[in-house]
Amino acid sequence: MSTADTTVKSTGPKNGGPDERLVHRSPARRLMSRPELGAVVGAAAVFLFFSFAADTFLRASSLSTVLYASSTIGIMAVPVALLMIGGEFDLSAGVMVVSSALVSSMFSYQMTANVWVGVGVSLLVTLAIGVFNGFLLTRTKLPSFIITLGTFFMLTGLNLGFTKLIGGTVSTKSIADMEGFDSARTLFASHLSVGGVDIQVTILWWIGLVALATWILLRTRAGNWIFAVGGGSDAARAVGVPVTKTKIGLYMGVALAAWISGQHLLFSYDAIQSGDGVGNEFLYIIAAAVGGCLMTGGYGSAIGAAVGAFIFGMASKGIVYAQWNPDWYKFFLGAMLLLATLLNAWVRKRAEATK
Amino acid sequence: MRSTVRKPRTITGPRTTTGPRTTIEPRAVRTRRTGPPAALVAVAALALAAGCSGSGGKGAEDKPSGGTGGRPVDTPRMTIGMVSHAGEGDTFWDIVRNGAEQAARKDNVKFLYANDKEGGKQAELVQSYLDQKVDGLIVTLAKPQALAAVVRKAVAQGVPVITINSGGQFSAAYGALTHIGQDEKVAGRAVGEELNRRGRKKALCVVHEQGNVSLEDRCAGVRATFSGRVENLNVDGTNAPASQSSVQARLQSDREADAVVTLGAPMAAIAVKARDEAGSKARIGTFDLNPSVVGLLKRKDIDFAVDQQPYLQGYEAVDLLWLHRANGNVLGGGQPVLTGPAVVTGKDVPKLEEYTGRGTR
Repeated sequence: MSTADTTVKSTGPKNGGPDERLVHRSPARRLMSRPELGAVVGAAAVFLFFSFAADTFLRASSLSTVLYASSTIGIMAVPVALLMIGGEFDLSAGVMVVSSALVSSMFSYQMTANVWVGVGVSLLVTLAIGVFNGFLLTRTKLPSFIITLGTFFMLTGLNLGFTKLIGGTVSTKSIADMEGFDSARTLFASHLSVGGVDIQVTILWWIGLVALATWILLRTRAGNWIFAVGGGSDAARAVGVPVTKTKIGLYMGVALAAWISGQHLLFSYDAIQSGDGVGNEFLYIIAAAVGGCLMTGGYGSAIGAAVGAFIFGMASKGIVYAQWNPDWYKFFLGAMLLLATLLNAWVRKRAEATK
Repeated sequence: MRSTVRKPRTITGPRTTTGPRTTIEPRAVRTRRTGPPAALVAVAALALAAGCSGSGGKGAEDKPSGGTGGRPVDTPRMTIGMVSHAGEGDTFWDIVRNGAEQAARKDNVKFLYANDKEGGKQAELVQSYLDQKVDGLIVTLAKPQALAAVVRKAVAQGVPVITINSGGQFSAAYGALTHIGQDEKVAGRAVGEELNRRGRKKALCVVHEQGNVSLEDRCAGVRATFSGRVENLNVDGTNAPASQSSVQARLQSDREADAVVTLGAPMAAIAVKARDEAGSKARIGTFDLNPSVVGLLKRKDIDFAVDQQPYLQGYEAVDLLWLHRANGNVLGGGQPVLTGPAVVTGKDVPKLEEYTGRGTR
């Protein structure tokens, strides 16, 4: 039984007979019913495959690179997964990352301000974009695909328009020599050495976000609300779930992660190309979907999305480690993702059959 | 930390650094329930109280005194339209446009510009300029087949066309006056020679846009003259972290690679990061130039850059159309007019800093 069913039923009326929520299930059964199980099996398969296909894949430094690549997608995949569980999409997530970085960079530069001021302003602006998405969605009741497609194009235009208007060119000027840059870089784009292996700080952000999102989903009332609105927002509203608040909150979650990713982008390259980010929104959705989130909402997990991002990171970098013909790169990438997802679906079916 | 909110510097104004120190602390304005307005006030206060950077930023910027101004020629006003295949947000095309606009000011030309990265839409834009009865057209032939019909139509209507940047081999066939640009294979060969001179053994050619013909040509050119091995690596150019980790992965798995060639200026900084993260000894060279590349040259993070002088492509195209109209001139004698490759290294940095800073190189 999925988590979604539990939450929806828990708010429904009691039926007679023994309460099925109190039935004891063995730990193995409980593990089998987790949405991320299939993804974990898929990840293990991809990992094993590249361990054999690429001799440099298993080195600590290589795994650190793979984890870094996964984390840059994974940070965004976590809130995008929550949003998908809540039954909505955000197509503006990819460019929102770049918007956030641009706001931060240009505010600091133009005002000759300490970069932390820009970082703070950027947080507010990015959250405001999230609120805008959520507010418009709940007000108009239009599909989130349409609303966020609109914001996607608007942000793409704003990114380019404002950058050119303010700076004269399409990329921002370097802020590397400004005050506060080094401390901000430490927080967003540094790497620490653990036993001789470089660990990028984004990996820690990623783990932190996954833990936070998992806690919210499984241990808080807000988590129940998210499952409930994804399962059916009218039913959820009928039993007293604050649907509007939940959805706006979910979009703000995406905005928060976009801010983190945007600051990482800014502080690791110290100048931003205003045209970047287009298309990345699909990577986040792919990671969440490969990790077991349903496209229809109501089902999924944050850990699953993290595993999905890891699968994507492993497949995209593993092909490079294996030194396959680069002309076929995208084909191999697509095939790996498809196979991992098929394995995921197969495992889940088996798990449900054994219930 | 300085406490003054400094206005953007003017050209001649002295740099003022003193002023009253405000004492508002960000915490002082934060109420118990921090709603958006309170947060805004907090950030505004932060900006006021502690927000200034003593280094870098706009305040440290010097306005260029580049070659603008002057009186235009006395030939009658003409209109020239330019349609490029530039994607959104590419610094390269800013420089082309700066060149074209500079020439337009000098030649008493009204200059129009539009771009679309899809061939079909680019053709529509050319058509719309024809409908506006422009006196001359500048087009890029990155997708030659898509533009063939409309360029031929323009020529048939008596509108002179100059092709720039890409598609030089199609230019004459479509009836264009001339082509101004860099032959990508020639530029690639120059890079191959440069790598030979530096004694490299194995080079990685980082293709940031899979399937782009001119990028493939660049790599092919490198392969033609470089005496060592050349291998291509495809990355997703619009996703910086993904590009970085791919280059990093490749350098980790291939310790023999001692040279990385990037095919666009923004990719150079990404390759430098990847090289450092991977702990590789590979040296980096890049095609194209921007302020960041100049910085990398200065810090010796990269060895050389190949400039195709985009400013010239815009400037010369407008100027030649004007010359054609005013004096019936044609340049190139049926051959493309090459604007590159110009190989620049660390010793060119002082001049380059000035030029890239004002967006002309």
